[in-house]
Amino acid sequence: MRSTERSAFGTGVVDVLPFIVMVVPFATLFGVVAIEAGLSLAQTLSFSILVIAGASQFAALQLMLDNAAIGFILAAALAVNLRMAMYSAALAPHLGAAPLLQRAFIGYLNFDHSYVLAVAKYEDQPDMPLPSRVAYFLGVSLTIAPLWCLFTYIGAEIGVWIPANWEVSFVLPLAFLSTVAPMLKSPAHIAAAVVSILLALALAGLPSGSGLLIAALCAMITGVLVETLLERKA
Amino acid sequence: MNYSQVEIWLIIALMAIGTFAIRFSFLGLIGSKRMVPVIERMLRFTPVAVLPGMVAPLVLWPTDAADGVTLLHLAAACAAVGTAYLTRKVIWGMLAGLGVFFAPVVFALL
Repeated sequence: MRSTERSAFGTGVVDVLPFIVMVVPFATLFGVVAIEAGLSLAQTLSFSILVIAGASQFAALQLMLDNAAIGFILAAALAVNLRMAMYSAALAPHLGAAPLLQRAFIGYLNFDHSYVLAVAKYEDQPDMPLPSRVAYFLGVSLTIAPLWCLFTYIGAEIGVWIPANWEVSFVLPLAFLSTVAPMLKSPAHIAAAVVSILLALALAGLPSGSGLLIAALCAMITGVLVETLLERKA
Repeated sequence: MNYSQVEIWLIIALMAIGTFAIRFSFLGLIGSKRMVPVIERMLRFTPVAVLPGMVAPLVLWPTDAADGVTLLHLAAACAAVGTAYLTRKVIWGMLAGLGVFFAPVVFALL
């Protein structure tokens, strides 16, 4: 790694630090819940290492506790992860020129935090060379992924005591909101966010994340429409 | 839970493969080829289109909230969004949100 890439990697590590506050309790909780549900230590760890997608892991676990059919578990858990196909598409213009093996590794590490921080960075610094973009992405994801696995293990092995009234899980929405707010840089972005919120709430009853997918798609279309309208006016 | 060991491993393996396929999809298939411009424009809105919707139900209907706690969730969320929006820095939004959310707990400890 050259020094510019090393510093991009380092910036990624620093940028992701606030997210650790939420990954640690979330991963620990998964470890505790998975063991309680009856998974072995090896299965619990494999889940976190191979899948690395908290929400879908919790969804699968919940359905397994309900003894749902395997096909349904897979469909529901993967539907929760479908938003990552959008992440993949959004990252492609920035990272698509990287070699196939690097792209495969980036794909494996393409989750909410790495995606959102990386895209925010690439939009902020459009001139960033490709190797630095890859290094930044890996700085973020290679900080958080091992912690995700480590704290799943800690949760599974020893369990933790968190006072019930602390409700640590709410740190998760706060982290995502703080990340997205600075990205609201035009009326079109704000309109997209408002549509996303309203439709996601209205469609919250739909099974396993499909409401969110519809809401996100409508929000993206709204963003483009508002942007186009404003450009015409200007 | 009524699954055999083989079935549990099968669920984990298929979820791993399926999740990777989803994540790799566009990065793998499209690579450096240019996308249709309108699609590229839509994709620039992905974060503001996905994350607010993902978080909104957690803010308005937090699962383990007792009665009356919802206002606290809402206040913390507004503090996080407002501060991060005005300062354009994630960390200040985070701290503002956490500060509001855990203020009652901290005061109770004092």
